[in-house]
Amino acid sequence: MNTNEMKQKAKSPPPASGAETLSEHESMFRIITKKFFQNKLAVLGLIILLVIISSAVLAPWLATHDPNAQSLTDRLAPPSADNWLGADHLGRDIYSRILYAGQMSLWVGFAAMLSATTIGVVIGSIAGFFGGWVDAVLMRIVDIIISFPSIFLLITIISVFRPAPSMLIVVFGLLSWTTTARLVRSEFLSFKEREFVLAARTLGLPTRRIIFGHILPNAIGPVIVAATLAIGMFIIAESTLSFLGLGISPPTATWGNMLSDSQDLTIFLTAWYYPFFPGLMIFITVLSFNFVGDGLRDALDPRVMEK
Amino acid sequence: MNGETVIDIRHLKTSFFSKKTELPVVDDVSFSVHKGETLAIVGESGSGKSMTALSIMRLVPTPNGEIVDGEIYFNDRDLLKQKEKEMFKVRGNEISMIFQEPMTSLNPVYTIGDQIREQLTYHQDITRREAHQIGIEMLQTVGFSRAKEIMGEYPHRLSGGMRQRVMIAMALSNNPQLLIADEPTTALDVTVQAQILELMQKLSKEYDSAIILITHDLGVVAELAERVVVMYGGQVVEEAPIDELFDDPLHPYSEGLLNSIPKIEGTQDRLDSIPGTVPTPDNLPVGCNFVTRCPYAMELCQQEEPRLMDKDSSRKVRCFLHEEGIATDGQQHRSS
Repeated sequence: MNTNEMKQKAKSPPPASGAETLSEHESMFRIITKKFFQNKLAVLGLIILLVIISSAVLAPWLATHDPNAQSLTDRLAPPSADNWLGADHLGRDIYSRILYAGQMSLWVGFAAMLSATTIGVVIGSIAGFFGGWVDAVLMRIVDIIISFPSIFLLITIISVFRPAPSMLIVVFGLLSWTTTARLVRSEFLSFKEREFVLAARTLGLPTRRIIFGHILPNAIGPVIVAATLAIGMFIIAESTLSFLGLGISPPTATWGNMLSDSQDLTIFLTAWYYPFFPGLMIFITVLSFNFVGDGLRDALDPRVMEK
Repeated sequence: MNGETVIDIRHLKTSFFSKKTELPVVDDVSFSVHKGETLAIVGESGSGKSMTALSIMRLVPTPNGEIVDGEIYFNDRDLLKQKEKEMFKVRGNEISMIFQEPMTSLNPVYTIGDQIREQLTYHQDITRREAHQIGIEMLQTVGFSRAKEIMGEYPHRLSGGMRQRVMIAMALSNNPQLLIADEPTTALDVTVQAQILELMQKLSKEYDSAIILITHDLGVVAELAERVVVMYGGQVVEEAPIDELFDDPLHPYSEGLLNSIPKIEGTQDRLDSIPGTVPTPDNLPVGCNFVTRCPYAMELCQQEEPRLMDKDSSRKVRCFLHEEGIATDGQQHRSS
């Protein structure tokens, strides 16, 4: 069914008989999922992500080796029946390590996204809804954080404290909620003028309920899109830090620190598979998140929501 | 009409502040509404009707707007002295409001049922299931035959008239003593307008609620209201029982409003209109607010501001033409 047909269907007035209306009852959610599944790239991205996520979750069963078990005889061994994707400079199985690394990389990505989005949504909602000096103060804080050279701040914080996964997540969260906050604020600025907000206020609903129960669900579309794209961004950020040796410390594998370990001319020349596969995983994962994000953006287009 | 007073507004003044200037949008407005009565507030856009309503609800847009002065007695309590927390119990429960734009007054992401239940469970100590039942009954009351199905519908599936009926159902579901309807029929088709008006009239009788009907449509006023308050430039210029206003408008502005209604009898080439527009609050003339558009303006009108005077027991007017000792030269002000 093409977009036009769908819009018409959603627009057409409810027919007189009750049974008919019920059978073709379409909630906003249904319309959105339908629209999302029309986008082939987004669906492809979603499938790849599901495969990657389940492979990470099922790592203990899918792995052929202990990811940290070293075997000196297998150092930089090429892909073979035993080491499917080869072995690294300490003789560890790259395939098994990639699976376990996926757990860590995805966990950092998701958790950082959750913390950044939560902070951003709360601060953006409050700033946008109340306006005035509250807005001014909160948005100046946002400006300060944005204008800070965050990569240096990140490196400083991480090198002062022990680089644990939780540390990374907190720092990512604290440094990158600003985009979400701005996004949510701008949505609130337009939605709070809408009549249903005034109507909710005249019905005596508490302010907290109006902000988070009534305006936020209307503004959530762009937030979901931004959050999806942010996961990819955090995976890259984690890899960057690990690559610089500031990320999650060995022997715990992440895609980033596997890349970092393979930084060696001899390895590049003799064992291409060592840097190639972790890099490929980062590439595919982030690309898939971006496809899904774009698909969500189209599906959540407010022009569709309004129908 | 002689029932007990539900709301009594005295010398209400609401202003907007920009930089350092104060712009009064509601200026010295006084009127009261009795139990079971429908009072209409009429006036052009920008005359302060809606701001008066929002002032009663204490929902004047912040941070620029502010209620500066006056008292609003609701059941002998001054609403302007209540804490904000108390107001949450008044809104939607004792006073509720319906709006001009039914298309946007419902939250697009929730079903009708969600929205009706939410405010019921918030104001009354009932379970979700009971609220659902009351919701269905309310929807039936406002004329939905498929009330059960409507509870599960999203607002985008309903027409404007249906949404306005949902709004009325929500507004009345907590059995408020006062219903403020801010141009409830302006955005609707003419055929639907009549339905909504009849419904409001029927329900106000049934629930014994007082209604403040804000409109610029004198046809609607004639249909529904018992008493009329005419507003101009943020002030009440005339208050009268509906028949008396239509038969014998005292204020030149009321007269102008009535003359601009198309008449059915006789032929009319052009509709009468009041020349000019309502002055903006930052541009009010010295003296009477209406002086720039008034056909009977006298010198005095440009110097002093008239007060709202009792003409007789039921009528009030703010005009020098009707003040004792000023318009005594036998001036016949009414055009024939």
